[in-house]
Amino acid sequence: MKVPVSWLKEFVDIPASVTVEELSERLTIAGLEVAKIHYIGIPQSAERHGIPPSDHLVWDRERVLLGAIKEIKPHPDADRLVLAVVDYGGAALETVVTGAPNLFPYKDQGPLEPPLLTPFALEGAELIDGHGDGVQRLILEERELRGIPNRCMVCSEMELGISEEHEGIMLLPYEQYGNIQPGTPLVDVLGDAVIEMELTPNLARCFSVLGVAREVAALYDLPIKEPDYSLPPPSGTGVDELAAIEIREPELNPRFTAGLLRDVTITDSPWWLQWRLKLVGQRPINNIVDVSNYVMFEIGQPTHAFDYDILANRAGDANPVIITRLPDAGEELTTLDGKVHKLDPSVLLVADEKGALSLAGVMGGLESEVQEPDPERDYPGSTTVLLEAAAWNFITIRKTMSSTKLHSEAAARFSRGVHPAMALRGLKRGLKLMVEVSGATLAPGLLDAYPAEPEPVVVDFPVDEVNRLLGFDIPKSAVADILRRLQFGIGESSNGEVLQVTVPDHRLDISPGIIGRADLVEEIARVYGYDRIPNTIMGDSLPPQRTNVSLEMEERVRDLLAQAGLREVINYRFSTPQHEALLTPEGQKPSWPEREYIRLANPISAERTAMRQTLLAGLLDNAVTNMHHHPRQRFFEIGHVYYGNADDLPEEIRRLGILLAGPRQAAGWMGGVVAGNSDFYDLKGIVETLLAGLHIEMRHVHFAPIAHNSFHPGRVATLLIGDEPVGLLGEVHPLVREAFGLGLDLEKPVLAAELDLDRVLTMVPAEYVVQSIPTQPPAYRDIAVVVSADRRSASVEALIWGSGGELLREVRLFDVYQGDPIPEGQKSLAYALTFQSETETLTDKAVNKLQKKIIKTLEDSGAKLRA
Amino acid sequence: MQEKLESIYQKALADLEAIHTSEEVKAWDSRYLGRKGEMTLILRQTGKLPPEERADFGKRANEVKNLLATALEKREALIREHELARSLEEGELDVTLPGRPLTMGGLHPSTRMLRRIKEIWADMGFQVYRSRDVEHDEYNFTLLNMPPHHPARDMQDTFYTTQPNIILRTHTSPGQIRAMHDYSEDGTRPIRVILPGMCYRYEQITARSEIQFHQVEGLAVGKGIRMSDLKGTVAEFARRLYGPDTEVRYRASYFPFTEPSMEVDVKCHICGGQGCPVCKRTGWIEIMGSGMVHPEVLRNGGYDPTEWSGFAFGMGPERIIMNKNRIEDIRYFWANDLRFLEQY
Repeated sequence: MKVPVSWLKEFVDIPASVTVEELSERLTIAGLEVAKIHYIGIPQSAERHGIPPSDHLVWDRERVLLGAIKEIKPHPDADRLVLAVVDYGGAALETVVTGAPNLFPYKDQGPLEPPLLTPFALEGAELIDGHGDGVQRLILEERELRGIPNRCMVCSEMELGISEEHEGIMLLPYEQYGNIQPGTPLVDVLGDAVIEMELTPNLARCFSVLGVAREVAALYDLPIKEPDYSLPPPSGTGVDELAAIEIREPELNPRFTAGLLRDVTITDSPWWLQWRLKLVGQRPINNIVDVSNYVMFEIGQPTHAFDYDILANRAGDANPVIITRLPDAGEELTTLDGKVHKLDPSVLLVADEKGALSLAGVMGGLESEVQEPDPERDYPGSTTVLLEAAAWNFITIRKTMSSTKLHSEAAARFSRGVHPAMALRGLKRGLKLMVEVSGATLAPGLLDAYPAEPEPVVVDFPVDEVNRLLGFDIPKSAVADILRRLQFGIGESSNGEVLQVTVPDHRLDISPGIIGRADLVEEIARVYGYDRIPNTIMGDSLPPQRTNVSLEMEERVRDLLAQAGLREVINYRFSTPQHEALLTPEGQKPSWPEREYIRLANPISAERTAMRQTLLAGLLDNAVTNMHHHPRQRFFEIGHVYYGNADDLPEEIRRLGILLAGPRQAAGWMGGVVAGNSDFYDLKGIVETLLAGLHIEMRHVHFAPIAHNSFHPGRVATLLIGDEPVGLLGEVHPLVREAFGLGLDLEKPVLAAELDLDRVLTMVPAEYVVQSIPTQPPAYRDIAVVVSADRRSASVEALIWGSGGELLREVRLFDVYQGDPIPEGQKSLAYALTFQSETETLTDKAVNKLQKKIIKTLEDSGAKLRA
Repeated sequence: MQEKLESIYQKALADLEAIHTSEEVKAWDSRYLGRKGEMTLILRQTGKLPPEERADFGKRANEVKNLLATALEKREALIREHELARSLEEGELDVTLPGRPLTMGGLHPSTRMLRRIKEIWADMGFQVYRSRDVEHDEYNFTLLNMPPHHPARDMQDTFYTTQPNIILRTHTSPGQIRAMHDYSEDGTRPIRVILPGMCYRYEQITARSEIQFHQVEGLAVGKGIRMSDLKGTVAEFARRLYGPDTEVRYRASYFPFTEPSMEVDVKCHICGGQGCPVCKRTGWIEIMGSGMVHPEVLRNGGYDPTEWSGFAFGMGPERIIMNKNRIEDIRYFWANDLRFLEQY
């Protein structure tokens, strides 16, 4: 939404002391966020008020002036150049050499009366190079053009930094600027600033210069000057004898108004009209279309001009009847951008008896639009115009936009809501301006079908709502004053501390009842100024405090893993079933549970079509991302995975994933220190450390071998806490890692774990007991036994614990050995045992007895004591 | 014997003079003074002397032994001194060689910022409430005063699932409704919670926009909560996050689920408000959206909006990190490149 300050000033007298930057900041703070200021020739103020510095071209007051071209003479030596004799207020006339094509028609015409007014630049002025690539600055210098010295320039829009237009120089209309002295600084004539705003959906009423002017008036407490809604004198047959309106869906089309213009001359718009449209970013087309657009930018009401003769022709003998209705099955319409639309049942149409004419509130149809003159076939263009202005249900417009994928300035406004009261104002304003710029005459009367006139919204507003919701005292009179500034009506029947507030008929955003009170509180806060509301600290009592143990434990897990040297990653929670299927070697049935994916109906890319069901795929991708610059990788991720439920929201399960790959230690310069590559036991050590750090009692923790085809056979375990499986850990299957792009280097295993964190955390004891530091000396014994090579060490250890009695404090496996002199198929396991009593120093004899009992138990299980 | 004693004595002294290392000292000690050393052996032979010579010999032998022990001590001290001096002299390392590498673990920057934010709010009595990622359309929009086709739905491009009315939440705000349902006890209890979590938007992934990002939503509902409290509370938050002198600006804005709505900006901490690329040369950085809970939302949460009021706010940890650490590309966050993560 662009608002030229010069246009804004037509509706509100902004004091000269208020700079455009200050105004912009005020609007921004009041909720009309200014994104940018486009400066036209004027300098930016030193106080920028949060507006970024601008590097636009500033017109030098001494050197960029209004010039009056008195005569165009031929150039003696060049056909493509002319000499313009310019009065710029100096002592003598200045002759300028120019190639501007729009001056050629004036060549050899002798003295021009009136003169041609144009921007004129003197030597030393800074301009944009009209012939350079992109935007390049130049300082105007004297130079010879085909033998004639030239120190000045008549300027194009591009040279002045207004637009990219450089086909000819700017010519200003004498009628508008003829009373301004040549030599006047151009910045005083055309200098301007265009405020560009990004408006939130609740500010539908501000999608026009008038709408913004109302806000400015309220913020600065200035009167608003309403546009002139009077109509020119009509003549001829009345419109009600020439056309009729039929609304079939009053809920969707509460109002439809129209008026008729005769003797229209379709031509270019006058300069002022074109200039203003250009400033707001709208390309001028012809006088009728331009007025329609102008009114939309001016007061926010879109209008549409039909060629009446085309409508009459379609109606045959009868008068045209404009019908607004839902489309028939299979109905089509060609919009004026030339596109054919199959019409969705939710779309609303403007039609006649013969068929669809336009998409209501979004875009006109090609057939019935205002026609341009065509000199070749001696066609003058449309001469009779039916102008309509209507009100539409904003949801209908939104549905039309989404089903046709069409967007327009009109749709932008209607889809946010335009009050039906604005329709008649828009119609009158349009008819008045069209008469002025096209020489038309107005047919008497207006058509105004208004089947669903909304009741005025009245809110009973208790003044103490301001204090209750905003936190400051304000007298009733001050509240009433703020609301009046915003054009709310304050009812006579206001009594006591309750104001009866009537919402003005350009607003749809204020509701009745309790919602309306909040709406008004917001209006009061905006105009009063958010900065003036005091800052306080809640006096309200604290709610009962609830500690979120589960989330606190999750943070503890993060800390433990980071302390263990792992780096946290956070992956996309999106994946694809195909990508996760890479976790299963090709051709095999997955070992993972087969659950429904949460699939996106509108995925953004082929790599992210569903919500993930595992963290492992993401972690393996992370390893690929980093493999070339980080041979050593230790990651973890905590996050959710998603299992779809047919009829309900999915299960969201919190998981912990861990991945290790590459050297156990980072490589340094001391050769030989690198302690090999990470393996299963590194991963297991991390898991054990984590569980111990969470104070889960290790006697409840078991690692059991399991078959799972994402992992190397025999190198994967399920983690059991108590008897409940809570996750997997193992060496990733070589074919799986290869499928993910991690190569097939069997010397460098990739280890991964995925645990159900919710389940793990339920095993964390709420309390734990700290053991006292022993006062009695420990006694140490080593035991080495030879067992069958395939015997699990956990079974040996369990026997030691089971037979060691309560004085056995620690069992530490310190050596596993196979080879000479241990017989083939056997292995030696060596354990360091610690015995300790809390109350006495253990004697050798007592410890030996315990040791013997352990050895006996082991031997009974088939182990042989190693000598 | 006497002569032999003197000859051992002289030999021992001579040998001692030739000794330069601690190992040699030990060998000398054991050769002359040890259990099987020459002095020990000769002393044992005292008994073989005629009785009248024994006393003199014994006396002299003990004297020699003591002299040798003293000489040894001196020599030892001298050698230790030399050895220490040599060690100090020769023990130079190339201190410019790199240290042994140690690989630290660490937390993702988003986690770190989330923790910081949570801590600040926890100090002010806000507790963490986790709400789900995959949501009903109703909770994400309708109950937050955005019925179907509401224009504000355009502000949040949504990922839809193949299940009707089930979407990925576009903001953490649906958690407001869930927290009110869980904690308000039918609209009779006040609430103060924050709701951190991942949100999802249907957008092209670019340096400036992502399809998933964290949000931290806050909600306070009570019987006397006012916009002035919101201002005071967020100002306190801003000062704790950005420093005690942080200047805060409040702008009117629009969110369907709050009214009045308010954007909170802080004076750019990089340029001090002069204008720099971080603040897009405006001097201000937007840190959160906020407002008074809309009466419709209070009602949907089970409260009577004529008696209860509240405020809500929402902020994006990744945006805060980007501004603080001048990260230009939001895609860094989920790319998990260690060259990024290891800077935290």
